[in-house]
Amino acid sequence: MTAVADNPAAVGRPIRRKEDTRLLTGRTQWTDNIEIPGMFHMAILRSPMGHAKIKSLDVSGALKYPGVHHAYGAEELGALNGSIPCVWAVTDDMVAPDFPVLAKGEVRHVGDCVAVVLADSAYEAADALEGIVVEYEPLPAVINMEDALKPGSPLVHSDKGTNKCYTYVMQPQGDGAYAASAAQADVVVKRRFINQRLIPSFMEPRAALASPMGISDELTLWTSTQIPHVLRVLLTLVTGIPENKLRVIAPDVGGGFGGKLQCYREEVLVTALANKLGRPVKWTETRSEDMVATHHGRDQIQDIEIAATKDGKLLGLKVELIANMGAYLQIITPGIPLLGMFMYPGIYKIDSYDFTCHGVFTNTTPTDAYRGAGRPESTYAIERIMDELADELGMDPMELRKKNWIKHEQFPFTTVAGLTYDSGNYEAATDKAMGLFGYEALRKEQEERRKSGNPVQLGIGISTFTEMCGLAPSRTLGALKYVAGGWEHCTIRVLPTGKVELVTGTSPHGQGHETAWSQIASDIIGVPVEDIEVIHGDTRTSPYGMDTYGSRSLAVGGQAIMRASEKLVERARVIAAHQLEVSASDLEYSGGVFRVKGDPSKEQSIQGVAFEAFTAHNLPDDVEPTLQAESTVDPQDFSYPHGTHLCAIEVDTQTGKSKIRSYVCVDDIGVQINPMIVEGQVHGGLAQGIAQAMYEGAVYDSDGQLLTASFVDYLIPSAADLPSFTTDSTITPSTSNPLGVKGVGEAGAIASTPAVINAIVDALRPLGVNDVPMPASPMAVWRTIQAAGGAK
Amino acid sequence: MIPSTFDYVRVNSVDAAVAALRAGGEDAKVITGGQSLLPLLRMRLAAPSILVDCSDIDEMQGVTDNGDSVTIGAATTHWAVMHNDLVKAHVPLLAKATATVADPQIRHRGTFGGALAHGDSAGDLPSVVLALDASMVIAGPDGRRTVSAKDFFVDYFTTAVGADEVLVSITIPKLGAGWGTHYEKFNRTAQGWAIVGVAAAVKVEGGKIVDARIGLTNCAPVPVRASSVEAALTGTSASAAEIDAACASAAAGTHATTDLGADKEYREHLMRVLTSRAVAVAAGV
Ligand SMILES: Cc1cc2nc3c(=O)[nH]c(=O)nc-3n(C[C@H](O)[C@H](O)[C@H](O)COP(=O)(O)OP(=O)(O)OC[C@H]3O[C@@H](n4cnc5c(N)ncnc54)[C@H](O)[C@@H]3O)c2cc1C
Repeated sequence: MTAVADNPAAVGRPIRRKEDTRLLTGRTQWTDNIEIPGMFHMAILRSPMGHAKIKSLDVSGALKYPGVHHAYGAEELGALNGSIPCVWAVTDDMVAPDFPVLAKGEVRHVGDCVAVVLADSAYEAADALEGIVVEYEPLPAVINMEDALKPGSPLVHSDKGTNKCYTYVMQPQGDGAYAASAAQADVVVKRRFINQRLIPSFMEPRAALASPMGISDELTLWTSTQIPHVLRVLLTLVTGIPENKLRVIAPDVGGGFGGKLQCYREEVLVTALANKLGRPVKWTETRSEDMVATHHGRDQIQDIEIAATKDGKLLGLKVELIANMGAYLQIITPGIPLLGMFMYPGIYKIDSYDFTCHGVFTNTTPTDAYRGAGRPESTYAIERIMDELADELGMDPMELRKKNWIKHEQFPFTTVAGLTYDSGNYEAATDKAMGLFGYEALRKEQEERRKSGNPVQLGIGISTFTEMCGLAPSRTLGALKYVAGGWEHCTIRVLPTGKVELVTGTSPHGQGHETAWSQIASDIIGVPVEDIEVIHGDTRTSPYGMDTYGSRSLAVGGQAIMRASEKLVERARVIAAHQLEVSASDLEYSGGVFRVKGDPSKEQSIQGVAFEAFTAHNLPDDVEPTLQAESTVDPQDFSYPHGTHLCAIEVDTQTGKSKIRSYVCVDDIGVQINPMIVEGQVHGGLAQGIAQAMYEGAVYDSDGQLLTASFVDYLIPSAADLPSFTTDSTITPSTSNPLGVKGVGEAGAIASTPAVINAIVDALRPLGVNDVPMPASPMAVWRTIQAAGGAK
Repeated sequence: MIPSTFDYVRVNSVDAAVAALRAGGEDAKVITGGQSLLPLLRMRLAAPSILVDCSDIDEMQGVTDNGDSVTIGAATTHWAVMHNDLVKAHVPLLAKATATVADPQIRHRGTFGGALAHGDSAGDLPSVVLALDASMVIAGPDGRRTVSAKDFFVDYFTTAVGADEVLVSITIPKLGAGWGTHYEKFNRTAQGWAIVGVAAAVKVEGGKIVDARIGLTNCAPVPVRASSVEAALTGTSASAAEIDAACASAAAGTHATTDLGADKEYREHLMRVLTSRAVAVAAGV
């Protein structure tokens, strides 16, 4: 037999995503496509008011509509009206109001669930909502966070006596440490930044279908979620359906960005009602519902101050946040700002840090994780204030950064916030980005435009960001009072005919896990990428998992794949040695084939081993039949991707309109499994981060009406609005996991927002501008220029 | 986003359409491209009992040359309008403005007549037909009548087209030699609605502006002519400075509203800046 040539390594190749054919041609199952005979369609009556007492609710009128079978308000739902859980009580005295699935006597935000109708079709259900009679007595609403904290403010939850959810303080260097730094400093710069509220706006609206007709006695829930595993546990707790009688499936899911990291009221409703009625129940949200009922993101008032010497050495950083919880606490609402807490110091060496966050209730849609979850907010604040400090000191903003960042030889480095960054090379990423960008030439052009008084000014924005991925060592999560672990699971089996099933607990919803996970396993097991089927998103077929969010899937789940694959090869080695009648240590393994050292004619393929393990006719005594292995990995630590993002923007000072001229980013996400997927993730992230800077922002009026309730007013940029990105990378492997990977899902969204705003501010600085609000709409920019007394 | 129940009928003549509207009573509505009407139905802001589909009526399709004017069937799609040779040659302002309407998918479905009959103050095409002194043929139970563009737009989402009437066609005079045109649209995203739009046509002779027509989009409940700018421009030299000065009065006679995209003051400021820019481009400055 001739020697089999080794496969070229799969890891590192920009292989096209296996899943794309079915996703792009629509030959897949989205939850809304699933039809089950006898299915009821659910429609939800939602509060049109920001805050009101429900004086009376009569659902009986709905029952007179054709095709309608059931209608429920809180009273009719009775004991099935469970409460939505929050799993992150960030402080012992955190105020956690009841969050019933259907509102009991009071509605607290536009979109709050009031009643449901079940009908034969979605159309009939929607019509029948008009038959429900609700008498509301308007109550004063509170929308503004600072107003909500004032004594005498209307209360979102009157039984709690306060709108404050919690106050969290972290002073790693002790109380007074920051004050001491500030006293020493030559310069202290203070700013208030508003990190506005965003609506996740994934492409596939939420949908959920529960059916009591499972393959056994179980109830099956298909839902467009990022977290089928976590959701099953929570639904069991809320509905009382035993966990072993509940199967949760996330079929193909069309985006999430954190918005589907949730246990939603609608998921509880379809599950509880299908269980009660013995009939399948389906609900698919409309885009209008999505805008008010899917959790929102961001929404913080950030008071930040930074203290430095006159030659630019950072001494202290103080951050005080007010974070909008919305009207209720969802799964990890209160914890989101705390994920940011660790990252305010960014990539810089600072002596002291002082952090306070006040969580506050308002009559708005609850907030929770949205792409970056806390880290975009912190990155925005630190990268913005670094530019302001540079201006105050008369330094180039990049020079100021260089002076203070952690140098590559100083890793691992424990930051002032107490995290230990394992690796990084800010110098390398920055040098590469500056080269691609043409920094000097742009500065020159900027100078010329300023001199000639060109109405279109040019600005340059920098963001040298880092973030933390791979949430998280379970012990760390426990210390933060988070009620779950951070591990991930993988099972791998080689089937009798040599094909491979890889079962993962991560739950992709657009990220390309099927391809990337196959690449990792392919190199270790030695089978082609095409021969590996990745099984995910179903608590029956992939029973263990912590799902997908926080750029954790590769950094944590990837390790489980690696270890399971290695274990599998070791098992196979024992069987192959037995077959070849040599000792296991005499075998070498590559390209899917075991060969006897020194006698390459004696070999056995992994597929051959799998068949032997299946027939089990001739296995060593202590070896069990079948070829499979599993691994559950708890991460040792976070990983810390970083990068340098540079944005050049043209601002028309007459109209206030900004246009990105060029955008360069060099991200260091460690080892790349599939560079094409990496690039896609970066592009999407940039689009969302730029959108926060320039386009998106949820706006409420003082009564709690969402003014940006459709895509006419909530502006999402399309490809036509965005520049052609120049993306590149440096590779500094993470040392906190054996793959050397970090995480890329959120990087672009975290890094780009301050790069864009820094660029706009830079363009307008000669006009007396030192901040612009987000989104930096033309009107907002024009108003800023007017207020600064600048251009005509 | 599920509409209430409605009936639907597809007709193939204007007479049949009028009869169907009549039979349908108060709640009957014409549908052509559906690009404005369907969102209203889906958001339950409108609940017509019956939709009379006029997109398949031959008489309401295509562009014809009348010598000194062109006539465009009301059900001609935006795509067909902007790619039509007669339109490109004789009514280039309409072709340019239509190219800024929404996105390609919507332009393939939405119709010229639908965009006018809808009477949306933020629509791009009403200010164009107003600037170009177009006239509209409307058919109803009592026959046909012709209404000039200045009388066609009545109020927000209200036009001269009655509940039992159909807009059949739009006739636009050709501009002739010496005219330059431009549509300046200001919006925040590529397929977004105009915060302010300016439709400008100017005639330049010997370096002087001798005639000017300017229509403003989204500056009042109906499209408006910037008459004082038109007057101020006439006779000035086609130079950036003089154009700018003449456009200082662009907001006169408008009724700017405040919304998320622009408050009154900013919108009026945009009218001045954008009118000046539109005229400069149209005049080749
Ligand atoms: C996402 C989106 C973005 C858009 N952006 C823009 C934009 O930037 N600029 C812009 O100008 N427009 C925009 N539009 C609207 C677009 O121009 C529509 O095509 C147009 O407004 C309506 O044309 P239609 O044929 O689709 O009319 P329909 O939706 O079918 O009808 C609209 C209204 O006009 C009435 N009607 C239609 N035809 C007739 C007729 N022949 N006689 C009597 N009544 C009639 C209907 O009864 C209805 O009340 C946008 C639409 C969408 C969905």
